[in-house]
Order: sequence, then structure tokens, then C-alpha cells
Amino acid sequence: MSVRLILPALAIVALALVPPLAPFLQVLLTLAMAKGIAVMGVTLLLRAGQVSFGHALFFGIAAYGAAFLAASPLDDLLLLLLAGALGAGIAGVLVGLFVVRYRGIFFGMLNLAFSMIFWSILEKFYYVTGGADGLRLPRPSVAFIEMDRGPYEVLLYYASLLLAIALGWFVVRFLASPVGQLFQTVKTNETRLEYLGVSARRTLLKGYVLSAVLCGVGGVLMAAAQGIVTPSYAYWIRSGEMVFIAVLGGAGSVVGAFAGSIAYELVRSYAAAFAADAWQMVLGGFLLAIILFAPGGLVGIYAAFADRIGARRAKSASKKEAGT
Amino acid sequence: MTGATILLAIFDGVAYAALVFMVAVGLTLIFGVLRILNVAHGSLYAIGAYLTASIGGAIFAMGWSPVLAFPLMLVSAALVGVLLGAPMERLLLRRIYHRPEVLQLLVTFAVFMILEDVQRLVWGNQPYFESSALALLGNVQVFGVYYTVYQLILLPLVAIATLIGLRLFLRRTLTGKLITAVTEDREAAQSIGIDADRVYLLTFVLGAALAGLGGALASPTTSVLPGIGAEMIVLSFAVVATAGLGQIEGAALTALMIGLGRSFAVYLFPELQVLVPYLIMLAVLLIRPEGLFGSPAARKI
Repeated sequence: MSVRLILPALAIVALALVPPLAPFLQVLLTLAMAKGIAVMGVTLLLRAGQVSFGHALFFGIAAYGAAFLAASPLDDLLLLLLAGALGAGIAGVLVGLFVVRYRGIFFGMLNLAFSMIFWSILEKFYYVTGGADGLRLPRPSVAFIEMDRGPYEVLLYYASLLLAIALGWFVVRFLASPVGQLFQTVKTNETRLEYLGVSARRTLLKGYVLSAVLCGVGGVLMAAAQGIVTPSYAYWIRSGEMVFIAVLGGAGSVVGAFAGSIAYELVRSYAAAFAADAWQMVLGGFLLAIILFAPGGLVGIYAAFADRIGARRAKSASKKEAGT
Repeated sequence: MTGATILLAIFDGVAYAALVFMVAVGLTLIFGVLRILNVAHGSLYAIGAYLTASIGGAIFAMGWSPVLAFPLMLVSAALVGVLLGAPMERLLLRRIYHRPEVLQLLVTFAVFMILEDVQRLVWGNQPYFESSALALLGNVQVFGVYYTVYQLILLPLVAIATLIGLRLFLRRTLTGKLITAVTEDREAAQSIGIDADRVYLLTFVLGAALAGLGGALASPTTSVLPGIGAEMIVLSFAVVATAGLGQIEGAALTALMIGLGRSFAVYLFPELQVLVPYLIMLAVLLIRPEGLFGSPAARKI
């Protein structure tokens, strides 16, 4: 365990030092952590053995909710986050009540259908949503203190980092809690769950709403960082990206969601220029490679590496003992 | 709504249903046999459309006869089936038949991502429009309403021929019976010497070619541009899910229902146009989770 925790701990320290030491990475990592929080939602569902191709729906709902609220006198970052999370949560209950009746193919595709419906509403009702141009989200105040751009971006960075750690910890605790254990049983043996007298649908719904809220928080952070929301927030490409990052990081791993999204954003911002027209293609190819050859993702690779070092250390320690 | 608009709405709906059916039937056939939902199916439709529109545009500009538009559609469909469908089944899907459903979905989703960009790399972002086939057949007047022969007569005829042809193929021919046998029980079929791998390959190529043919048939009626594949996979899934996965005849009826629902919405509530297919699907699935014609799956313990 100790070896495995070294890198995540170092990563958090390094991330906290980014604004003073490496300010050029600040915006990029804000987006990475916003996405990472949303990806955790997809990761969570993978733990129940389900994949959603439409979680950008909640990402988009929260971002648009924040943009609408920002146009009112209540444009404060904390209120935007609360409203976004709440909106995504309510949408999660409504959509969830329907989709938790299904598993596997239907679960994935019905989520896709819901997100496509929302996306086409965003495009069609342009007099409300701004159509393909989207809505501007002017810089909100923070705790009702107006801020300049520089401090606002630093603050947003730390807010994202803090939320990422706090929500990550919450998800880990959720998965370890009795409800979380039941939730994961949906994957391993749903029938047994029903025999225990627990409603599998209701259990899945709880996790589904949590995953929607996580996507909502990620959506608001992303909108607040970019200053604009567009229908692409809710398009299938965004959902696909989330699924990709979740699998890249390590299907089902909370730390992996962030490792995956930071790696993804770094590669994207530097490499996407070389493959701007073929970015989805590169992603698709990588997705296939990971699924077929490294199903544990980044976290799986690291864990195997850490275990090997741990084992070597234990061996040398026991050798020493034998020598003395 | 006047009589003429009602008639127009019906014609629109039938023409649209015929196209959606061509794609949905391939999707449901593949699912019925391979038990895999091919998320990349919409891309195969789009590529069929692109092939027909771009090759057609090129050869007609060289002065070839527009009559060639029709054989060209079949060629495009065959190309999609053989050049895309066959490698996809052999190289990818064959590795994942025994893996969890989520992984299978992820793999076909990855192929979908790849094919969407392949389209943009090959054909760019500009729309293609090639309607020689539509112009060639001219118009017909029905009860005072003018409509294209291509959409009103040819498309429904092709769809009905596909439906009857598939039924006869699956029930009456040896190959069709082999497919049915593997669908019923793969292990039992293999134990009596049926080459299940070949049946899987054949089914997938056939399903992919049907998607390609759907795209080829759609190309004269609409501009071919990026994104039509994503729209089509969701729509054809809506049809297939409403009918019940694996139900071929059911898919035909559902396609008609969704096509008509959509075209009436175009005239009555234009903004709801895109939503109607999904509203129909949600309404059906709320009442019958296994689809209109599907039977509830037995619970595995």
C-alpha cells in the first residue's frame, strides 16, 4: 500500500504548486480537473458494470444552468456550483428513474439518446440557448467579491483542485460504504442483491444521481473557466471523451479518473495540433489498444509497477534479516 | 391540416421510414446473431452515403449515364460490407465475443470514433449532394399531390423487398438456416459441424452492407455531411429498441410508426421534429421494457 500511495501524494503536492511555479499549466490543469470530476461520474457507473454514452447531458445541463444564473443578479461562483450540481442532480433523478430499469446495451444507448435529445433542444431553441454559438458566462463574483481575471483564475484553479480532492475522497468513501458495496454488487451479482431484499434499481439510482451531480460540478467548473457554454458540452463527442478518459485512467478507479484526465489534457494540448483532423481517430485507436492490451489503464500499469518494487523491497529486507 | 398536407406528411413518413428501416434491420440482424450492438453502424450508413455521392458526382461529371446511379448504390453497399464490415468482425469483434457486454460496447464505440474521423479525412467537412437518381425517375401525381417517384415508390419497394428477401433467406436457404441455428444455440450448432465463425462473419458483412445500402439510398434525397452517422445510430437504435432487439419484422413496423410520427411533427410542431422518435421510444419502453415485439429475457441466476 505504501509504495502505491507515493505517486498520488506527490502529484497532489505538485498540483498545489502549479500556479506559482508553472503558471502556463494553470488553465490546462483547471480544465483537466473539471473533466476529471465529471469522469469520476462515468467511473462510478463502471463500478456497477454499466457504461453511459450520454453523461455529457449532465455536464451540459449544469453548464447551461450556470450560464443562465450568471445572467441574473445571482452570478456568484458558489451559487453557480450549487445550482449546477442541483440541476444535474434533479435531471439525474428524472433520467435515472427511467434508465435504471435497464442494463448493458440499453443503459448505454438510452443515455446516449437522452443526451442527443438535450443537444438538439440546445441547437433548435436558439432564441433561448443561443443555438450553436452558445451562451457567454461572464466572470462571476466569488463569495460576492468581484475579482480581476488573474486572481479569479488562480482561485478557480485551487477551487477545482479542492473539489477534486474532496469529491474524490467522497466517492471513495461512498464505494466503501454499505450503499456503495450494494451498488457494486449490481455488477457482480444483481440477483443476489434482490434476494437480500434490496432493490437493485433503487441502489443503481443512488449511484446514478451521484454520478450526475459529479458531471454537473465538472460542467460548471469548465464553463466558469472557459467563460462560454456551447451545445458541444452536451454532444456525444464529449460523452465519448469522458468514457475514453475513464478507461484510460483505469476503468473503475477514482484516482485513475484524474490521472487519465491530466494525461489526456496534456497530450491533447501538445499533440492535438499534429492530428487536429484525426483526433477522434487517435482516441478511438488508443481506446481499442487499452481495452485489448492494458485493461487496467494507467492506474493498472502503475499498480503493477509499484507492486514489483514493493515485492523487491520486501525480498531484500528479508535477505538482510537472514544475513544478520 | 388540409388533405394535401396530410398526404404529404404520409409520403414523407413512408420514404423516411424506408431509409431508417434499411439501417435498423442491419443493426437488429447483427445483434440477433452476434449479440453485439454495433455502435459504429451509423458510420457505415454515412460511409455508404459518402461513397455513392462522391463517386456518383465524379463519374457523372465525366459524362457517364445517370442510370449508373442505381448499380453504384449496390456497389457502395458491397464495398462497405466487404472493406469495412469484414475486417471489423475478423480483426476486432472476434476477440471480444466472450467479454462483458460493457467491453463490447466500448470496442464498437471506439470503432465509431475512428470511422467518424475517417469520413472527415477522406471527404472533408463540405456537404456532398448528388441527386441524379432522384431526378431520373421524375415525379408522380397522387390525389393532386406531386411527389418524387424515387421516394414514394422506389424506397418503400426496396425496403419491402429487403424485408421479404431476408425472411426468405433466413427461413428457406441453407445459409439462412445455418444463421438461424447459430442464433438459437451456438454450441449446439457447432457440435453438429456448423462453422459458427463463418456464420458470424457472413452476418456482420450482410448487416454492414445493409447499412451502406441505406446510406446509398439516402444520398440522393439529402446533403451528406459530417454528423449524419451519429444521428442515424441513435435513431436506428430507437427503432430497434422500440421493436425489441433482434426483431426484424417488428423493426419494419416500428420504422413506419416512427417515420410517420416524425413527418407529422414536421408539419404540426416543427420544433419537436427531432424529439418525436425518442418520445415514441420512451413511451413504448415505459410500458413494455422489452420492446413492442420482444419477449422478456429469462433471468440468469
